[in-house]
Amino acid sequence: MDDLKIEGSAKTPTVEFNSKGDLHLKGRSIPENSIEFYKPLIDWIGNYSQNSNSDTVLNVQLEYFNTSSSKCILDVFKKLEAISGSNVNIKWHYEEDDEDMLEAGEDYEAIIDLPFEMIEVEEI
Amino acid sequence: MDTFDLYSLMERDHVLLAFKGSITSDLLTSVLQIMESKMDDLNDAPKTKRRVFNVLVECLQNLYHHIDDFQIEGEPMEVALKKSAIFSISRTEESYNIITGNFIHQTNVGSVTDKIDFINSLSKDELKQHYKKMLSNGEMSEKGGGGLGFIDIAKKSGEKLIYKIREIDPNYSFFTLTVKISKN
Repeated sequence: MDDLKIEGSAKTPTVEFNSKGDLHLKGRSIPENSIEFYKPLIDWIGNYSQNSNSDTVLNVQLEYFNTSSSKCILDVFKKLEAISGSNVNIKWHYEEDDEDMLEAGEDYEAIIDLPFEMIEVEEI
Repeated sequence: MDTFDLYSLMERDHVLLAFKGSITSDLLTSVLQIMESKMDDLNDAPKTKRRVFNVLVECLQNLYHHIDDFQIEGEPMEVALKKSAIFSISRTEESYNIITGNFIHQTNVGSVTDKIDFINSLSKDELKQHYKKMLSNGEMSEKGGGGLGFIDIAKKSGEKLIYKIREIDPNYSFFTLTVKISKN
């Protein structure tokens, strides 16, 4: 299957999902219409789940995200949670001192049944 | 009003940016860019900058989404007027203040004020729990709002939300929201 690559913009993150199970979501996610932006990501994971790698890692490195994106990001996690036959891990990155972003990651961790690793970085 | 009076008023209130007109996606992109570079020049803590930016995004996107909430009937001039909104961002020694104002249909006044009154009644911890609950219940509006906007604004601001409803005519009221973000 094809990799999914979307270049980031002022309001949308860079997306790099490859079929080897190495998934990256990086930048800022503050579009007015997040459903439209996230649909191809959700669809891609749906296809990937048909023939997934034994290990899948989603790296989330977001500087900002709006509440509209927060539901879509949850949908991405739910889609990953539904994959059988792959060990899925989430690596949630947050900038040092950004306790709001850490807390957001912990909220997802409490809702989603997947292992989350919280990684503090100097700058996203 | 005399322009200098307007200038003086904005100066007195430490306004960084103010706008009145229709709210488009491109406008929001520009405003956010301007505010980011302004804040980069000011020596506020990164945490303050992040929170102001977050709250600003939610406040402005609220305006953007809710302006379409009602189908306005009437003369084109009248329609343009009711679709227009106002916002300002000001910065004092202690805090940032984000103020937004827009028309809302009388039938929506109750649901908006109930929502904010409820959020204001919650403690910090209850607000966190409420956010998590609303996030996980999976409902989402067509526009992708999901009802989290005001909750997130209240969480990030750490203060009660202040609003005012002013009746304009039998159909519309003007809704003003003031959000304060302390700088410490």
